[in-house]
Amino acid sequence: MADVVFLALSVITIGSAIASLEFRSLIYGSIALMGTLGGIAGFFLLLDSPFVAMFQLAVYVGSIAVLILFTVMLVKRELIFKKIEDKRRKFVGIALMLIFITALGSVIMDSGIKSITTDEPAVDFRTIGADFLIYYWPALILMALILSGSVTGALVLARRENVENDQRTD
Amino acid sequence: MTNELIDFVLVSIALLGIGIYGLSVKRNAIRMLFSIEIIINAANLNLVAFGRFLPHSGGQTLALFSIAIAAAEVAVGLSLIIVAYRMYQNIDIADFRNLKG
Repeated sequence: MADVVFLALSVITIGSAIASLEFRSLIYGSIALMGTLGGIAGFFLLLDSPFVAMFQLAVYVGSIAVLILFTVMLVKRELIFKKIEDKRRKFVGIALMLIFITALGSVIMDSGIKSITTDEPAVDFRTIGADFLIYYWPALILMALILSGSVTGALVLARRENVENDQRTD
Repeated sequence: MTNELIDFVLVSIALLGIGIYGLSVKRNAIRMLFSIEIIINAANLNLVAFGRFLPHSGGQTLALFSIAIAAAEVAVGLSLIIVAYRMYQNIDIADFRNLKG
């Protein structure tokens, strides 16, 4: 059975996920997205994985959400508050979501994982560190290369060409 | 542990559903990026939950890799949105159709 902390966290997470898509303003939407990401970090703490929770807080809430917030601020004011969607598509989308959630939920409720609980001690974070350095070091190096490549690619993509010819209206 | 595996899986299914709703309904590029973030987080929650109930360290390790790759994906996605915004002065994806055949 789920406890009170779990229920509160799931209400916060799912509620702010819906709010991030439905708030009129994109700025409030990105702040609500921070709530979702923080709620997921809380779930990681409930699952006895404090290392992943801190990583999630540092990377997602600390950098990705702030990056999204700054990008939203670069966009024109009237576009931030404009809702771009079709009414008919919205009802179809809600129906699709409900069908999807009920179908997948009922399949999983009928499957064998319904009664899985555990009393075993959680994995220590020292084990994760040792795993990283012993087994996964080539993957770490590859990930560093991918990250630097993608950040360089992002900078090259977003670069302005011939800035001095740009006619800005300050 | 008082919580069962099924609770976490159900929360992650709900988040996945919300993400799919956002991707299918919204035409705002930044909101579609929000939906992708929500779906990635649902997947990470599943990884850590199954890793906790096995118990095995692989779930947390894979979740850490996934978070790092998601950071790279967001950087590239946001810069694509900025480039498209500079070209079209809009973030409606229905306007981004220069490549349409």
